[in-house]
Amino acid sequence: MTEELDAGLVAQKIAESDMLGEPAPDRHEVGAARRRKEDARLVTGRTQWTDNIQLPGMLHVAFLRSPMAHARITGVDTSAARSMPGVIAAFSGRDFAGEQGTLPCAWPVTEDIVIPDHPPMAVDEVRYAGEAVACVVATDRYKANDALEAIEIDYEPLPPVLDMTEALKDGGPKVHEAGNRAYTWKYAEGDIDAAFRDAPVVIERTFVQQRLIPTAMEPRAVVAQTDGDHFTLHSATQIPHILRIMLAQVTGIPEHKLRVVAPDVGGGFGSKLQVTAEEVLLLLLTRRLGKPVKWTESRSEGNLTVHHGRDQLQRVSLAADADGRLRGMRVDLLADMGAYLMLVTPGIPILGAFMYNGIYKMDAYDFTCTGVFTTKMPTDAYRGAGRPEATFAVERLMDELAAELSLDPIEVRRRNWITHEEFPYTTIAGLTYDSGNYEAATDRALALFGYDKLRAEQVDRRDRGDPVQLGIGVSTFTEMCGLAPSRVLGSLSYGAGGWEHASVRMLPTGRVEVVTGASPHGQGHETAWSQIVADALGVPFEDVSVLHGDTAISHKGMDTYGSRSLAVGGVAVVQACEKVKDKARHIAAHLLEASADDVEFDGGRFKVRGTDAGKTIQEIALAAFAAHDLPDGVEPSLDSDATFDPENFSFPHGTHLCAIEVDTETGATKIRSYVAVDDVGKVVNPLIVEGQVHGGLAQGIAQALFEEAVYDAEGNLLTTTMADYLVPSAADLPDFITERTETPATSNPLGVKGVGEAGTIASTPAVVNAIVDALRPYGVNDVPMPCTPERVWRALQGGTS
Amino acid sequence: MTRINLTVDGVKYEEDVEPRLLLVHLLRDRLGKTGTPIGCDTGNCGACTVMLDGRSAKSCSVLAVQSDGCDVLTVEGLAEGERWHPMQRAFHEEHALQCGYCTPGMIMAAIDLLKDDPDPSDEAIRDGLEGNLCRCTGYCNIVRAVRRGAQSMSDQEAVSGR
Repeated sequence: MTEELDAGLVAQKIAESDMLGEPAPDRHEVGAARRRKEDARLVTGRTQWTDNIQLPGMLHVAFLRSPMAHARITGVDTSAARSMPGVIAAFSGRDFAGEQGTLPCAWPVTEDIVIPDHPPMAVDEVRYAGEAVACVVATDRYKANDALEAIEIDYEPLPPVLDMTEALKDGGPKVHEAGNRAYTWKYAEGDIDAAFRDAPVVIERTFVQQRLIPTAMEPRAVVAQTDGDHFTLHSATQIPHILRIMLAQVTGIPEHKLRVVAPDVGGGFGSKLQVTAEEVLLLLLTRRLGKPVKWTESRSEGNLTVHHGRDQLQRVSLAADADGRLRGMRVDLLADMGAYLMLVTPGIPILGAFMYNGIYKMDAYDFTCTGVFTTKMPTDAYRGAGRPEATFAVERLMDELAAELSLDPIEVRRRNWITHEEFPYTTIAGLTYDSGNYEAATDRALALFGYDKLRAEQVDRRDRGDPVQLGIGVSTFTEMCGLAPSRVLGSLSYGAGGWEHASVRMLPTGRVEVVTGASPHGQGHETAWSQIVADALGVPFEDVSVLHGDTAISHKGMDTYGSRSLAVGGVAVVQACEKVKDKARHIAAHLLEASADDVEFDGGRFKVRGTDAGKTIQEIALAAFAAHDLPDGVEPSLDSDATFDPENFSFPHGTHLCAIEVDTETGATKIRSYVAVDDVGKVVNPLIVEGQVHGGLAQGIAQALFEEAVYDAEGNLLTTTMADYLVPSAADLPDFITERTETPATSNPLGVKGVGEAGTIASTPAVVNAIVDALRPYGVNDVPMPCTPERVWRALQGGTS
Repeated sequence: MTRINLTVDGVKYEEDVEPRLLLVHLLRDRLGKTGTPIGCDTGNCGACTVMLDGRSAKSCSVLAVQSDGCDVLTVEGLAEGERWHPMQRAFHEEHALQCGYCTPGMIMAAIDLLKDDPDPSDEAIRDGLEGNLCRCTGYCNIVRAVRRGAQSMSDQEAVSGR
């Protein structure tokens, strides 16, 4: 199977290391396929999910939610609910009106953006089905839910606003008084009119990025408690640090009296990158009632009220020369914000603005995005966040261009991509890609896929008129991640920086505690950070503990999203380790009666150069603790902090190839093979990287084939359960063939690029390109997502051209 | 209230329960068996899967009163002391979990699957686990883990059978 690649690049299968992934004695921890430290508690059920928490006197909260997409609240009566057994209290939005504030939006992308008030509990008007209108606090969750039925709310219906194009027309119903346009954001570079004027080829398409529901397996849960002065909030969140700052601002609880804890968190995919109504309201409830309160959503409640993802209408066009060379690209987006702007809602499509050019060179680029209010659940970050949409558009267009010119889709890409000698390369969208090798990843993917053989089979099936046709889809993607350089975020009006923090504590026994500001929720940071520290300090992997997710322990951080943890937070860990070694070197030199300049560090031991005399880092840790014999002016501690702010984004890339069989009689599709060759730079743990790619592929393929949040004509969500919203099962997905090429990032000392979102970003266009490729002889040049059998069949009946 | 008797992970319990109480809520909220999580409310996700008298059941779809007289095994009762069940080891070794929320149910469903088919093909594993959803792994490593777990379990049986 494996073949040698060109020098300088390593295509690696997952290291066939021993059972636990321990590196050989002479090898580094970084790069070893260590089995995860996290697993022990997870496979034995000794987990700490937020919903597991039981506190003395704890009360349970249930929320009554609007059954209408848009209505005025004309009457509320909670008295009957309050008199039910076990019910401690019942409140409506009016009861919180003076203290609930407004949920924050931290990304005002333009000066004139409209940011409407967003009360955590609706007071006068509801603007999406599922918005909280009242709550019950009771002694158990069953009683709380029972009492919801006794609450009376009178609604005066208002017209729903569901279609973005209609919403922008004058005179129609408004979601907010200020109108339905939230903002228009533009970017332009090069002479776009010249690029399109007299262009031999222009491809124009409209793509619909359907609305998605992120569906982390753990539903959201919140527990809030107070001693009357200090507050503690446990939440199934990705962002305990950001949450603490934001909740302090919304509720008025001073930041130093609010502790936020993210215990074990069961997945997020962006959906737990949010400041939610329920988090605010539980703090208000514990403050009001003086008792601990807990709320855990049901899945149906979650599908309605966890922020949704995607939902964009993309009008895109590409101008090219007759030989396929790209001249320019125009992008005109409508992005559905939903009813309110939540934490980073408006910025999500803007994250895509820098990615529509993909890996290609072109002369001009013009981008416009208009954010539109509708009476639906707000949208916000979902795995990839803006970049999957952009990648989908450009990779679909490249296949369309190839078809138009009767070129192989790989060939048309080769004629346009940035070659590996051209890095660093500043793109038409203004980013500087630091490194990459698209040729190498593509060559490897083609070999693994058996591209020529599959093309031959495709021809054969076409010639035979086989009712089952074969399609081949290509996606040669890159993405910007490792969010982010603080200065760049500032220039985009983002409300915070993009640095990450780490502390390394050398304990007296030589063991190490690492405190990270990243906030894992399934990624495996405890393992990967232990590998990094083991190499940096020369201590055993087992001697490192990683602490995170509790603002009382990890006081400083920017949390986990945007494939940033390793590329930003991992680098902070390396830098903190360097400081520990610096401090230790001076103490070692003193104890060894040598000059610090003559002391070298290797494999956990400080040695006087040219002698056998030395001290281990553990011995130095004990000496620092005892502090009996330290050099003058040296503090008795090795503990060190570092905060790393990256200078650039990181740019993973790769080539994904998908072969799909399409039954032209039924519209049924079946993925025959899927090859992903990803370049995520240097790798700390290949097992974890492969797992991230696998999971990313599943979510990207799910957008292509299965998932869609559907609202009816009244604005009610129809896909409230997992029976209606089709998260794929094992039976729905193929085995994946994954390999890597390795071009180190030059923007950080680890050479890493991030991997959390790559699979999702790359795979959606690969799958849809494959389906369209299969159907091209039938006059089909697009199938709307998700490409269900019905939609494939309809495309075949009508053709789309 | 109805009085029920049941055994959970080898411990006998006598509980007075409302007829509508779900088994999973009895396990989690009353008996402290929080190793079994809840992922949905329609029986689709399988996160709450336990063994009920030796066969897998979604404990969100079983009333506590229906488990009267039953023997319930949860993920917390799988290991013998510190010695993990072969399927737990296999999930660890094959990196078949990320956030781990689906893992208890996935492991129980996998063990049940092998009762009918001790040496399943990849396709049989995928079909057999259709009622258990995972959002993190893309399932490849879960399939590998079930294969590895099946092998270990049949090796173990061969040894103990001698």
